[in-house]
Amino acid sequence: MKAYIQSIGAISPQNTFTGEGFLQEVMAYHHADYLKCIEPAYIDFMDPMASRRMSRIVKMGVCAALKCLRDAGIDNPGAIVTGTGLGCIADTEKFLGSLYANEEKLLNPTPFIQSTHNTVAAAIALMLKCKNYNNTFVHRGFSFEDALLDGLMLLQEHSASNVLVGGLDELTDHSYTITSRLGLWKKQSLDNLRLLDYKDDGSLPGEGVAFFLLSESKSEKSLAKINAVSTFYKPDSHAEAERKIQDFVSTHLGDIANVDFVITGMNGDRVADEVYHHLGRTLFSRLPCGYYKHLCGEYDTSSSFALYLASMILKTQQVPVVLKCDDKPVGKMKNILIYNHLRSVNHGIFLVSTC
Amino acid sequence: MSERVFVTGTGIVSAIGFDCEETASALKLSASGIGRITHLNTVYKEEIPVAEVKATDKELMEMAGIQQAGFFSRTTLLGIIAARQALLQADIKDIKAYKTGMVSATTVGGMDRSERFFKKFIIDNSRGRLRDIITHDCGDSTERIADTLGIKDYLATISTACSSSANAILLGSRLIKNGILDRVIVGGTDALTLFTLNGFNSLMILDKNGCKPFDEERNGLTLGEGAGFLVIESERSVRKDHKEVLCEITGYGNACDAFHQTASSPEGEGAYLSMKKALDVAGLEPGRIDYINAHGTGTKNNDLSEGIAIERLFDKNVPLCSSTKSFTGHTLGAAGAIEAVLCVMAIRNRWIYPNLFFRQKMTELAFSPVTDFQYNKPVRHVMSNSFGFGGNNTSLIFSGS
Repeated sequence: MKAYIQSIGAISPQNTFTGEGFLQEVMAYHHADYLKCIEPAYIDFMDPMASRRMSRIVKMGVCAALKCLRDAGIDNPGAIVTGTGLGCIADTEKFLGSLYANEEKLLNPTPFIQSTHNTVAAAIALMLKCKNYNNTFVHRGFSFEDALLDGLMLLQEHSASNVLVGGLDELTDHSYTITSRLGLWKKQSLDNLRLLDYKDDGSLPGEGVAFFLLSESKSEKSLAKINAVSTFYKPDSHAEAERKIQDFVSTHLGDIANVDFVITGMNGDRVADEVYHHLGRTLFSRLPCGYYKHLCGEYDTSSSFALYLASMILKTQQVPVVLKCDDKPVGKMKNILIYNHLRSVNHGIFLVSTC
Repeated sequence: MSERVFVTGTGIVSAIGFDCEETASALKLSASGIGRITHLNTVYKEEIPVAEVKATDKELMEMAGIQQAGFFSRTTLLGIIAARQALLQADIKDIKAYKTGMVSATTVGGMDRSERFFKKFIIDNSRGRLRDIITHDCGDSTERIADTLGIKDYLATISTACSSSANAILLGSRLIKNGILDRVIVGGTDALTLFTLNGFNSLMILDKNGCKPFDEERNGLTLGEGAGFLVIESERSVRKDHKEVLCEITGYGNACDAFHQTASSPEGEGAYLSMKKALDVAGLEPGRIDYINAHGTGTKNNDLSEGIAIERLFDKNVPLCSSTKSFTGHTLGAAGAIEAVLCVMAIRNRWIYPNLFFRQKMTELAFSPVTDFQYNKPVRHVMSNSFGFGGNNTSLIFSGS
């Protein structure tokens, strides 16, 4: 199963949406507790009335999707598939809050309507009047991977000649407070670009939206080619994770030496990063490796940001220094491997190549 | 893209029973599961009827065989009970013998516990028991069900409102057809929560007297809770193990109404398209469908839109049709799977289910739903509809041999 990435609409804590070039100006956040998206001028994509009715995640999702379609020159995609770990949590919190505050009486239904996980995929379809296949995946660190696999299957089945696939998650004040209490984040504020220097537990929370227009055939617009995506769940050991990745590479690429660059999901958490260090000593020992969560933070669908990076590296043939975590020289970029996991439970692997 | 997809096991828990047998008895007796709220702690206890699963969380824990107290949402417990039955019927002894995945669906996930957390949390952000919030997200229930059953090869959770578990069945079927998995446990689970009760109540689409799908005087839906799971398998694993096949999944169609965030289009465009697509995938003419298990929620809007779409597709030859939501209530993310299990039972036993509480034909429609339990009917091809918020519409076709 293969697909060509025709265009990307990415909203993130970096200048991925409107900024010139590819990570030309890296956003450094000092004393940060979390990374939040740089929101675009929504007015360029939707009328203010529509924009006012939408919550922040819906606006970001719709906007990124519309930009992606605009860049690809597609009005009506053959399918819309989204992945989101937590969905529209701001509206979920809002409705729960009013439910208790008003003792279940006279509630405004709007936040309830917008709280469902499929709100973004549905809002995109509604704006485009797109009556085609529409699905939403909501499984933690598999959300984007499962959505992407669905998109690839649709192309393989010839159910659609192009599909719009996106990953999206938002961070709210409440979700930050709750996940902090759960001990997921570092205790002190930090400089995002020094994420790996803090040798203690926890990571840096973030958020983001990234949509990809995938097509079965190549065009002059094509940025990169997705060769394969796969997931694995709760491996028993680092060695088992290594075997899974080795098998994936053997099946889809052959020799690991054909990988030109690895994008890992290193997030600064002592325990979570152990598996990447293990791979750095074993399977990846000869490969230049990089990371990305210092740029976007940790969230359930962060691998969609990594896929944006891989596509842009392959297109521009540039590996921004900020992504690198070793001194190994990088040459011509043909094949990039992305390996990420969420809390050692949900592991995702992607193989992305030049067209 | 040549492999067929077979159903080898089913499991169900809803307001009308804790397994297939109890469910069948209730259907035969026209015994609805709709009644007064007993478990949910809401101000609407006396006002809004629901279709509750008649067991406390503690009783569900025992049924699910869960000892570890406190980390399982009601949604997860319902899911474990139904999924276990499906595996048992499919006679799966070694889950690792084939590449086996799980695609589950839910709309609220662990919301029943999150609500307890949030009630304390909004007063003081340092309060609320963390063990009540870690089960919140939809993936949590899927992982706990998969862990209980030992499923590891592939996991996905789908949430497309009221069509969630129909889409789980659709995805599982395609994972088999694409050669990614040999077996998939597909289905969905949702517990009743304050969140959904108040959500639908704020939309003013809950019938205070219980739902009456396709009735001229219908006045809204009735919420239910429960879980449905099916074991679906590839030709390869069925043949190799000489498995008894319950039926085949021959058709599926997913389309978006793209009309309104919550309302269905007056001409039922999305419903028409999903049913049409399912027929195309199955390679069947409309006339081959023997029974439609309709989405039929009982809201003014859905039943009209769905009814018009059915008449558009089937013209004057509308097959026998009923909504079973006046038995189970609308179980949201579980509805597609619960109704899929009922469709499998209909094919196996040659049954047609009554559309309980129907009295008066809708003026806009030419057809009326079935009103009595019918035995010994030729039931070969069955269509099941599930339509959700956001216009997420999915139709499935199950076929007997």
